[in-house]
Amino acid sequence: MSAPQTAAKAPAKTIISFENITKRYGKVVAVDNVSLTIEEGEFFSLLGPSGCGKTTLLRMLAGFETPTEGRILIDGQDVSEIPPNKRPVNMVFQSYAVFPHMTVAQNVAYGLKVDGIGAKECAERVEEALALVKLEGYGPRKPDQLSGGQRQRVALARALVKRPRVLLLDEPLSALDAKLREQMRSELTQLQDKVGITFIMVTHDQDEALAMACRCAVMNRGLLQQVATPSDLYEFPNSRFVADFIGQVNLFEGQLVVDEPDHAVIDSAEVGVPIYLDHGVTGATGSTVWAAIRPEKIEIYKRIDGAEMIKMEDAPQGHNVVAGTITHLAYLGSETVFDVTLMTGHSVKVVRSNLTRWDQEDFSWDEPVWLSWHACSPAMLTA
Amino acid sequence: MRKRQKRAAPGPLEYLRRWPLQAWLVMVSVFLYAPLLTLMAFSFNDSKRNIVWKGFTLNYYEQVLHDQSLLTAFGNSLTIAAICTLVSVILGAMTALLLWRFRFSGKTVLDGAMALPIVVPEICMGVAMLVFFAKVMPWPSGLPWPLNLGAIIISHISFSFPFVAVVVRARMASFNRELEEAAKDLGAGEWMTIRDVIIPHMQPSLIAGALLAFTLSLDDFVITFFTSGPDTVTFPVKVYSMVRFSVTPEVNAASTLLIVLTVILTALALRFQGTDAVAGGHAPDPKA
Repeated sequence: MSAPQTAAKAPAKTIISFENITKRYGKVVAVDNVSLTIEEGEFFSLLGPSGCGKTTLLRMLAGFETPTEGRILIDGQDVSEIPPNKRPVNMVFQSYAVFPHMTVAQNVAYGLKVDGIGAKECAERVEEALALVKLEGYGPRKPDQLSGGQRQRVALARALVKRPRVLLLDEPLSALDAKLREQMRSELTQLQDKVGITFIMVTHDQDEALAMACRCAVMNRGLLQQVATPSDLYEFPNSRFVADFIGQVNLFEGQLVVDEPDHAVIDSAEVGVPIYLDHGVTGATGSTVWAAIRPEKIEIYKRIDGAEMIKMEDAPQGHNVVAGTITHLAYLGSETVFDVTLMTGHSVKVVRSNLTRWDQEDFSWDEPVWLSWHACSPAMLTA
Repeated sequence: MRKRQKRAAPGPLEYLRRWPLQAWLVMVSVFLYAPLLTLMAFSFNDSKRNIVWKGFTLNYYEQVLHDQSLLTAFGNSLTIAAICTLVSVILGAMTALLLWRFRFSGKTVLDGAMALPIVVPEICMGVAMLVFFAKVMPWPSGLPWPLNLGAIIISHISFSFPFVAVVVRARMASFNRELEEAAKDLGAGEWMTIRDVIIPHMQPSLIAGALLAFTLSLDDFVITFFTSGPDTVTFPVKVYSMVRFSVTPEVNAASTLLIVLTVILTALALRFQGTDAVAGGHAPDPKA
C-alpha cells in the first residue's frame, strides 16, 4: 500500500520514546506492549475509544502511574524513577483542576513559586502566560467567576508558564460546548505553533484528533493500532478497527481472487459484484480480506428500473458499479446521508454533498439507484 | 363585586404559604427555643425559688460572677474544651486523611472502629474511662492546673475526634483528585500538596469539626462525671451539683452566660469563614 508521506517539518528529533510499555492492573492489561516515539515540536494525539489505555499512557508519561514493564525516555533519559513533580512535562487536566481557593494569577504563579522563582520574574512570566492565552487582566479573579473555557485557559497558562518540554492535554475540549470546542481547536493549534512546545493530547473524539494533530496514534484495548498522519489514518487505515473508528466506512468482506502488480479483484458476496482495485495489494490470493470504502467516495445515480434483471452494461460508468434501493435518507444540510440496500440485502452508507440548493430533491425514499466508486477508492484490509 | 383583588392562591411549590407548614414551623420554633428563652427569662427573676416571676433583677449575674467555685468550673470547662478541640481537629483530620488517601489492610476495621465512640452509649464510655483511669493508666492527682485536667481532656478527645474525622472525611469525598495531581505536576512535593491544596479544601470541615468538638466537650456531663475528681469540677458537673440542692436563678444566669458565649463563638467562627463554612463551599459567589 503506497501511503503518500506528508513532508516532515524541521529536522525531527525524538523527544519521547515509549519502549515496550505494558501496564497491568491485576489481571487487566490497560496498556499492552506499546512502543512509540514522539518528535520534538509535534502536536501528537492519542486517540481511541474509552478504556483503550490512552489516558493510562499519558498518566505514565506524567508520572502518576508506573509502567509494569518497559521504560519511558524523555530527551533520552529514563524517567521511570522520577516522581511527577520532577519531570519536565506539565499537564492540562480533564477537569482543568484549577485551584478554587486561589486567584487566576496565583494559580498560574503556583508552579513558579514552588520552583522558588523570584517575585519579579514570577509576576512577569505570569503576565506573559496570561497574555498568551488571552486572559490579560483576569489575574485577580477567582476561578468560580470564570466560564469553563476561561478556566481551561487558566489551566493552559499554568502549565505553559513552567516552559515544559512537553505539554500533556487530557481530553482538553470534552467539557466545552460545541461552538467553543471548534474555536479552541484552532486556538490550541495556533498556541502550539507559537510556543513551539511538543503537545500530546488524549482524545476519544476523532474529529478533534484529525483537526489538530500532526500525527495520531490510534489505540484499542491497550494495543497500538496505527500511528500516522490524520490523512493517512483516514485514507490508508491498516485495520478494520482504525477504518471504522476514524470517520464512517462501508466494510465488505470477500476473497482476494486476483492480485496482479497493476490491479486486484476482491470477490465479495456482500456486494454481489467483484470489487476492482486499480493497484496491486499485499495479500495471499484466496485469503479473506475486507474492502473499506468511505461513504463520500461513493457516487449515487438514478436507475431506471425497467428490467427485473440488472445488466451491468446499464451502469453509468466503468468498474465498481452496483445496484440498490434507497431505504433511508437523512438530510443534514451540507450533505445528505443515504442508506442504500444492495440486491444482496447488504446496506451501504453513501454521503452526497449538496452542491446546489436543489440537490436535496434529487433522490427520495425507495428510489432505485446505481452506486459507483473509483477503482482507487477502496482500501483493502487484511485485519 | 370585590373591591380588592384577593391574593393569588399559593403556587404548587409555595408550601410556606399554606397553613399546615406554617403551623409546623411555629411548632418547631416553640420546641427549639421556648425552653431556652424560659431559662434566660428566669435568670432575671427576683426570687429564690425560681418558680413564680417576682420582678427583674441582675443580682444573680452578680452572684455568678463572684461565685469562685463556679468560675473555676467554668474556667476548667473552657480550658478542657479548647485543648480538646485543638487536639481533636488535628487527630481527626489526620485520621480522615489516612482513611481517604490510603489503601491498607484493616482499613474497613479502622473505619468501623472510628464510629464506635459515636455510637457507644455515653454512660458506657464514662464507666470505661473510670475503669481505665483507675486500673490501666492512673492519672496522678495533685498536679498543678491545668495538668490535673489531663484525664478529662483525654477522655473528651477520645469521643470528640471521631466526629471531626467523620465531618472531614465527608468533605474529602468531594475533593477532585486531579487538584492534587495538578499540584504535583506543577512541582509540589507531598507536604506542599497537603498544605496548598488539600487543607484549603478541608477548611470548612475543619471549622465545622472544631465547633462540634468544642461544644461536645463544653457540655459533656456523663463522661466527665466519671473522670473528674473533687478538684477538677467542670461547668456541667458544677451545675448538676447546684441543681441537686435547688434550681436557683443563679443556675439560670450561669447557663445563660454559657449559651451567649457559645452563640457568639459560633457566629464569629462562621463570620470568619464567610458563607463557605455554612454551605460547605458550594455557596454562590456573591460577587459573581
